[in-house]
Amino acid sequence: MLSVALSKRRDGFALQVAFDAPTPGVVALFGRSGCGKSTTVDLIAGLLAPDEGHVRLDDVTLLDTHTNQSVRAERRRIGYVFQDSRLFPHFNVAGNLRYGQKRARGVEQRIGFDEVVSLLGLASLLARRPGQLSGGERQRVALGRALLSQPRLLLLDEPLASLDVARREEVLPYFEALRDRLSIPIVYVSHQFDEVLRLATHVVLLDAGRVVAQGSPGEVSLRPELRAIVGPEAVGAVLDGVITAFDPARSFAELRLGHGTLRMSARNVAVGASVRVQLLARDIILATQPPHSLSVRNSIEGRITDIADDEDGAKLVRVDIGGDIVLARVTTDAVEALSLQRGSAVWVLIKAVSMRGHTFTAPATSPTF
Amino acid sequence: MPHSLSPAEIDALELSLEVATRSVLWSLPLAVLAAWLLTRVRFPGRTLFDAFVHLPLVLPPVAVGYVLLLLFGLRGPLGSWLHEHLGIELAFTTAGAALATAVMTFPLMVRAIRIALENVDRGLEAAARTLGAGPIDRFATITLPLMLPGILAGTVTAFSAALGEFGAVITFVSNIPGETRTLPLALYTAIQSPDGNAMAARLAVLSFVLGLSGLLFAEVLARYMRRRLGR
Repeated sequence: MLSVALSKRRDGFALQVAFDAPTPGVVALFGRSGCGKSTTVDLIAGLLAPDEGHVRLDDVTLLDTHTNQSVRAERRRIGYVFQDSRLFPHFNVAGNLRYGQKRARGVEQRIGFDEVVSLLGLASLLARRPGQLSGGERQRVALGRALLSQPRLLLLDEPLASLDVARREEVLPYFEALRDRLSIPIVYVSHQFDEVLRLATHVVLLDAGRVVAQGSPGEVSLRPELRAIVGPEAVGAVLDGVITAFDPARSFAELRLGHGTLRMSARNVAVGASVRVQLLARDIILATQPPHSLSVRNSIEGRITDIADDEDGAKLVRVDIGGDIVLARVTTDAVEALSLQRGSAVWVLIKAVSMRGHTFTAPATSPTF
Repeated sequence: MPHSLSPAEIDALELSLEVATRSVLWSLPLAVLAAWLLTRVRFPGRTLFDAFVHLPLVLPPVAVGYVLLLLFGLRGPLGSWLHEHLGIELAFTTAGAALATAVMTFPLMVRAIRIALENVDRGLEAAARTLGAGPIDRFATITLPLMLPGILAGTVTAFSAALGEFGAVITFVSNIPGETRTLPLALYTAIQSPDGNAMAARLAVLSFVLGLSGLLFAEVLARYMRRRLGR
């Protein structure tokens, strides 16, 4: 368990953050720029001192202002990957990688130099200087350098923010590999919701220096507070499941959820793989009768549990489909015409192709509902 | 006009090099410390300290030499103490010439080192900290190497300036051949003597060449170091 409670006032900005997240796992600190994400990780790392609070990782107390405990940053063994990589310009890549490793002597070496080099694909870069690396390469080296310092916790502060989309795709798989192959807890800071969906096992939603929601990605995806941050178009339930069938010729797969099964258009998945999908609220159709002769591949029976006001002329309808919840955005006009209300039985129609681009490799350890 | 240097001129050149070397070696660690204090430490009286460090730039060198004479002369408070307890004599000695030169070139050195220190990305020090490096470790492995181009450039510039220091030296340690008669003092002496024209010309050209090559060397060195750091 990573237990964090911190408060800090600075330059008219008040930060008050508290969360408890299971370990190992990836805690995503998610929010707009300036919401206090970076300050929070600086406080966890010990680069800033809080006014009050604690940081505990499993049975180790790194900070507790009530007992006057504060492990110095250089002793916390917290790996930190900065947005701007901060590689040392006067060392080559190998020198950068070994900097933290040399200072972690006497600590149990959980990950070795060769392992990091092969995990992050750094073999051909070792003799180069940081100035000769691309942005994506720099972040991989920074990640390797942090890993070799044998950290008990890894902080990734918007590690992809300075990269373009292609470079992000080059680095993201390494983070996924890290999450699934090493058991180091990770705090991942981002303002990109798709990164959070790909990596997180626990999401902490920050707004103006405060935690407005937290929980599993599935739980947080249903929270109205998220909408204010990601915008109405990105609202949609996040579901984790396991692939039970895959037909590569037709790029078609079946995803078993808690109870139901979702048929989806998919490429490069394997039977048995854990997969996370986001069903965008705007893509979902509701019907009050079982539909016939439609191209839509999913028509799942469910029951409305809530209808909330959305943007102008629309409602956000929450439907329970056998334990899983999906969100559907429908017009107020449709709600009235179909007399939708809490408790109504409905059929949820989901196009298989609507999940294209919204499907992610879920954390192997993540619970399925 | 003969083109080779006379023994007296070679003496003056060697003495200048010795004085400049000693002055730079003594002032370098202090200059790093002063630059550190001025850049990184908030303390009361910092502005006054800053002004004090830069004072030799604006004072008449003769005034600096006179103050040194009052303080470090054989009857001065510091001079008598040094003489009694450590057997060090500064007035009218080569060591004194080095001290006067060091005081005069100190602001140049501090200025260069301070700029170098201000340009060190503190984010890199924070990164080193998260990787387990304590304060001294960070200074030795990150801050100092990144300051090195500035330190070297500052040292070479100060060295070149030290070769030419005149006023403070002649006031504090006088003009003794083989002991305190450095290049500029020898040049001055040559100008004063009726048959010294050729010597004065040779020494002037020598000073010019030394000064110019020093400045060029500092620039080339700084560029090379910066390139090595990938900036």
